[in-house]
Amino acid sequence: MTTVEHAVGATGASGRVGLNRQSITGLVFGLLGIALLAGVAPAISGNSRRFNFEPPPDPAGIGFHPPTWVVAIGVLFLLTAVLGFAPPEARRWASPARLLSALAVIPLLLVLSLALSDNPSTNIVNLFNESLVLATPLALGATTGLWCERSGIINIGIEGTMLAGAGIGYMTYATIGDAQSTGWLWFSILISVLAGGLVAALLAVLSIRFGVNQIVGGVVINLFALGLTGFLRSEVIVKTGITTGVGTSEFGLPLLSEIPVIGDQLFRGKPIYWMMYLVVIGTWLVMFRTPWGLRVRSCGENPHAAETLGVNVVRIRYQSVILGGLIAGLAGAWFSMESQTRFEDNMTNAAGFIALAALIFGKWTPWGAFGGALLFGFSRALGTRLQFLGVEVSGFEIPSEFLQALPFIVTLVVVAGAVGRSIPPAAAGQPFQRSK
Amino acid sequence: MAQASGGAARPVLEVEGITKAFPGVVANDDVSLTLNQGEIHCLLGENGAGKSTLVNMVFGLYRPDQGTIKVRGEEVHFEDSGDAIARGIGMVHQHFQLIPVFTVAENIILGNEVTKGAFLDLDSARRQIDSLAERYGLAVDPDATVGDLSVGEQQRVELVKALFRDADILILDEPTAVLTPGEVDDFFGVVESLTGQGKSIIFITHKLREVLAVADRITVLRAGQVVGTATAEGATQQSLANLMVGRDVVFRVDKAEADPGAPVLRTQDLRVADDRGVETVTGFDVEVRAGEIFGIAGVEGNGQRELVEAICGMRPTAGGRVEMLGQETTDWSPRKINELGVAHVPENRSKHGVVAQYTIADNLVLNRYHHRKFSQRGVRNTAAINAEAQELVEQFDVRTPGVDAVIDTLSGGNQQKVIVARELTGDLKALVVAQPTRGLDVGSIEFIHRKIIELRDRGVAVLLVSAELDEILSLSDRIGVLYRGRLAGTVNAADATREELGLLMATGSSGGQR
Repeated sequence: MTTVEHAVGATGASGRVGLNRQSITGLVFGLLGIALLAGVAPAISGNSRRFNFEPPPDPAGIGFHPPTWVVAIGVLFLLTAVLGFAPPEARRWASPARLLSALAVIPLLLVLSLALSDNPSTNIVNLFNESLVLATPLALGATTGLWCERSGIINIGIEGTMLAGAGIGYMTYATIGDAQSTGWLWFSILISVLAGGLVAALLAVLSIRFGVNQIVGGVVINLFALGLTGFLRSEVIVKTGITTGVGTSEFGLPLLSEIPVIGDQLFRGKPIYWMMYLVVIGTWLVMFRTPWGLRVRSCGENPHAAETLGVNVVRIRYQSVILGGLIAGLAGAWFSMESQTRFEDNMTNAAGFIALAALIFGKWTPWGAFGGALLFGFSRALGTRLQFLGVEVSGFEIPSEFLQALPFIVTLVVVAGAVGRSIPPAAAGQPFQRSK
Repeated sequence: MAQASGGAARPVLEVEGITKAFPGVVANDDVSLTLNQGEIHCLLGENGAGKSTLVNMVFGLYRPDQGTIKVRGEEVHFEDSGDAIARGIGMVHQHFQLIPVFTVAENIILGNEVTKGAFLDLDSARRQIDSLAERYGLAVDPDATVGDLSVGEQQRVELVKALFRDADILILDEPTAVLTPGEVDDFFGVVESLTGQGKSIIFITHKLREVLAVADRITVLRAGQVVGTATAEGATQQSLANLMVGRDVVFRVDKAEADPGAPVLRTQDLRVADDRGVETVTGFDVEVRAGEIFGIAGVEGNGQRELVEAICGMRPTAGGRVEMLGQETTDWSPRKINELGVAHVPENRSKHGVVAQYTIADNLVLNRYHHRKFSQRGVRNTAAINAEAQELVEQFDVRTPGVDAVIDTLSGGNQQKVIVARELTGDLKALVVAQPTRGLDVGSIEFIHRKIIELRDRGVAVLLVSAELDEILSLSDRIGVLYRGRLAGTVNAADATREELGLLMATGSSGGQR
């Protein structure tokens, strides 16, 4: 009797309090849906468009009629909005509907951008691949943050750690390698990784040994890396004369890259890109399947409890932060020796901060963080694609800066409604003092 | 309690002449203690007497300055609690050392992981936990998330955690503080089954009733020193209390019959959500009259915090209404409610009661610094503030070097007296007071209880929320039991029994079936 009452009370309560976010999200989807049905669908051209699956000539693909798609997605949005306000019995459909609608934003952006441009077709498999590649440093950076924060250290110095890895790695290559061959390239990548570990060790000493505020420590790392790599570029790299080098080269995965149409586009890639998958999978395995991973997570949740069980919290935090730094160093190498083959000042360009956003977005889990990174990678790839397509709205060409930013804004706003609140490890940011 | 079986007393743990000083205070001064195989040894003392310091050294969390610890006759020097665990010592801390987002199994194996190759072997961990649970009668679900468990269940997890590490010396630090009376009885059953299987237990508490119920032997600490040892047979509550406090203690609170007047505070179908958005007050109705103390008993976490905060304007309500002195005050600001003559002694002393870095004087005028008396044209009148503070400090017996001392330097009891002094001053109509004596020594408890009764006798309506059943029983005129966010029953204090209240607290009904 009492348990039944309690259960009813609990659902009633969560329904009532959750209504706030639900109703706001519902409202947003409702307005979007109305705008699509009443405003966009009639306005865009009814000419058929095509999604290609491979590069020309004569690509495979599917044709579609843009207004139909816009109407379909608009109806989905409206349905989601209505479900948000539906009676409690129908509420259980509201959450999947929100997720579906959030995902539908991606095809919507694609359909709209193609419909609003003069180009009749675009290759979407290639777009997906670009998203994955651009997600590489973000996923690696988010994994860095994952190791640090799960152990209880907030690391906003990921940006600086990556930059130091990129700069010091390339400097090594420019100093002892040469501009035409890949000799010493792998050694330089290793140096990048180690440089990342070293910079992270600095953060670890500051925050663990000296109890410096972790945010301040991270800011110091970012400023320090920016200054250091700028100095090294102008004083060392430029003087070697090797300002552009040879980067890592693509290879196809056996068998998979043989798959017709998509194989060659999706399963060919460069080594750091492939390593990113290994890092994410490895992180997931180690963090959630091994004793050491369990201990790391306990240090980020309740270090004093861990201490009472004989876990050496200080050591675990050092290990995790430095491991994170090694991963960030690899992300740095991606910038200067895989994506580009040179080093520029501030070339990481806020990827470290976007990685943090991906981490929070992914609720501090490896796969969630990877998903977040992929989403931001897609936003970046789509921003570039939109520029190529030349999107026009009633004869007015949208400025490229706006096009670059638009996907980020749309995905963030919409997915914020679907992902909801993200709870960090309980002890992240708290200095730990061993009992005396 | 019968002496444990097994012939002559064989010591498993000997603490000899332990001294431990922290900056400014000697927490343990030449303390010695012997724990015999299969016995329950109670460590009794007031807060700050040094009980926790002592057991933290035995458990390897602190290192003693002087003295030796022997386990089964062998001298040990623990570097960390891992060393103590390796010697078969287990500890259940007063504040559970659990990780709420982990499962029961993960919490239990942390630090002593069961592995298959490089990976965790949760299946075999689960089997080991199940067999331990069965052997000692400690039912736990290895796959449940600890944060979802009740306090009693969490305590069982802590016990299994110690047993999983093959502990045969168990240190239980105030294990009953968080339990309902019914759970306490179950817990005593578990403790006895543990000693029956050869475990030896150090049981820390300041509740005299429990000591007499379970202890084989008793050691009393006061101000870091052992002031007496006794066997359970020879001791009485009075003799132990006198030892603990160092003077004669008066247990009964003297109070006259209540003379209730008009209703002052009333709630109707009040609903409040906690920080996570879950409604924890689920339709609470109460009416408190002038000149009576209405006590709210209940296991912590049944909505007490949210209820008090909502009544005092610190937390928005999710439904229903609050009335004071005939006006609706639902969702008024705390100051507006306070200006009506409603005082609030909050549960969380350091968070809501004082500003830790302010002086005593500033803390004493936190609720009226803006009144004409203390500030004119936006400038504080320091002289008036200090004069008022000086008077209150004397009147409420706050032990402090001066009113300009930072309040954080005072003991918990003196801080609480400052809060009480501030809140009980002025033209009061109602008082909402939560856990007024938590963590205080017997002397301060007596004082604060007397003040609350005085206020009642002046015709103030008092709503008292406390987790201490004894406090509720001795102060209240009427008692309501809060269960899952609503009143499960109301009884007159004169007719109330611990058993009836305990049943209400545990099950929400006083009827037969569970």
